[in-house]
Amino acid sequence: MYLTKEEEQILNGEAGETLRQAIEILVALGDIYGADRLIPIKSAQIAGVSYKTMGDAGLEWISDLQGRVKVPAILNPAGMDLQDWKRLGISPDFAEKQKLIIQAYEKLGIQCECTCTPYTLEGFDVGYGDHLAWSESSAVSYANSVLGARTNREGGPSALSAALLGKTANYGFHLDENRVPELSISVEYPLKGSDFGALGYVAGKIAGSKVPVFHLRNTPKTDELKALGAAMAASGAVALYHVEGVTPEICRVDFEAPTEKVTIERSQLDEVYECLNKACKEPELITIGCPHCSAAELEKAAELLEGKTVSKEFWIFTSRELAKRYPEYIRTIEKSGAKVVCDTCMVVSPATNRYSCVMVNSGKALAYVPGMCGAEAVYGSMEACVEEALGGTAKKAGDSN
Amino acid sequence: MRKRLAGQQRRQVIPIKLKGRTISRGCAKGEVLLSRDPISFLGSIDPKTGVVIEENHALEGKSIQGKVLVFPHGKGSTVGSYVMYQLKKNGVAPVAIVNMETEPIVAVGAIISEIPLVDMLERNPYEVLNNGDLVLVNGSKGYIELIKQETNKTEHD
Repeated sequence: MYLTKEEEQILNGEAGETLRQAIEILVALGDIYGADRLIPIKSAQIAGVSYKTMGDAGLEWISDLQGRVKVPAILNPAGMDLQDWKRLGISPDFAEKQKLIIQAYEKLGIQCECTCTPYTLEGFDVGYGDHLAWSESSAVSYANSVLGARTNREGGPSALSAALLGKTANYGFHLDENRVPELSISVEYPLKGSDFGALGYVAGKIAGSKVPVFHLRNTPKTDELKALGAAMAASGAVALYHVEGVTPEICRVDFEAPTEKVTIERSQLDEVYECLNKACKEPELITIGCPHCSAAELEKAAELLEGKTVSKEFWIFTSRELAKRYPEYIRTIEKSGAKVVCDTCMVVSPATNRYSCVMVNSGKALAYVPGMCGAEAVYGSMEACVEEALGGTAKKAGDSN
Repeated sequence: MRKRLAGQQRRQVIPIKLKGRTISRGCAKGEVLLSRDPISFLGSIDPKTGVVIEENHALEGKSIQGKVLVFPHGKGSTVGSYVMYQLKKNGVAPVAIVNMETEPIVAVGAIISEIPLVDMLERNPYEVLNNGDLVLVNGSKGYIELIKQETNKTEHD
């Protein structure tokens, strides 16, 4: 791998120990994946934030680092709402450790906004062809696929190294040849809302780590693309997908059609919804906002909940910046008894582990909640989630069918 | 080399120097501990003691502390990188690592923990190395050197 004279000096320790280690990580990964050089990045998004996943091991490493990031960098969701952690019953010990992790990142000049949807924030605008070093799998998928930017799925230390150097190694999804569709997926019926999360849940298992191109009957909204990509990155390892006639890269680049073709039937999506009727228990906790709710999703939740009162625990996750930007939606939602929670999510917060059955409207959460939270997960649209939270009727309605 | 094993002529010439690829820089010497199984540092190894705790793992019950740990590649969660750092801070990390082909979790873990790591040796390490052999791993220059063979071996591997 070619290094400039300045990069060689950093690798020799002339810019200090933290940068030496940072460039050593990028060079090692570059060698493993056959990169030719380091390239500048526009921003970084760093995983390894929740104390639930990092533990003391991660806390120790972060705390020992010195330095300052060179590009805008923000964090993945933490294990709790950083301002109101008591509300979801987080223990003081956990909160203490979680705060230490955040402080350690802050010391490095990282913005302590913890979200899986950095592309919705001020100062994190992403353009077509921009090179990034992002970690969170759904954000990586969104940046690559919906925005036409270029990022690999970085691990926590490699994203942090990239932020400290303002560079990443040139391999994987930074290169044209790895962005070509490898699998064609046809869906021959119209989809809406949560169908996209269900489709992603099914398609991710089929695609594995391949780049799929979808042929859909109708044009998805951006939130629907977000749900599709998030689910595929969780049930599979899809970091880039195309939608014919919709996503920017396939509209500009004349890709050859892949030889491998599959069709996903309506019945395969129905099976994802079926888990609600097959669940051993009724959902005790209802959660939406995986990935974090957009403004449009907050607006819809507020509309559905306006003037009503929930009878079950109902958590709605979003970024702190959006919660601040739309206080009227938050007020309406909270008035119903549902809780708007920032900085965290149902997957990375230990709060979810207290429940045995959780209802979600996210294919990603459906894939992760059982393993990460030890709870059964069931799936429904946002409307079905709200209905379940209000009266627990979703399952009963399903039973009578 | 008093007790040369039958059919092991390749072990006649020492020291053996094998070139490989630099992953994590630094230089260290220690006794070889071979694992045929991949290692997930999260869950497979107790970060306080360095003992392998994964059930039915080839190294179950053995300590990796101070060893030149040879395994094919890593597996499992990315948190494994931080567990390697914790092992180092607790003084129970391996002194060096040799892999068939390193993947990013172990590569990153070795670098942040300052454990020298070389992979893709010019010869298969499982054919050249035995448990207990004294080996130098030069991560900076990308080679390993067999300094002294374990002589009390009754079994290859």
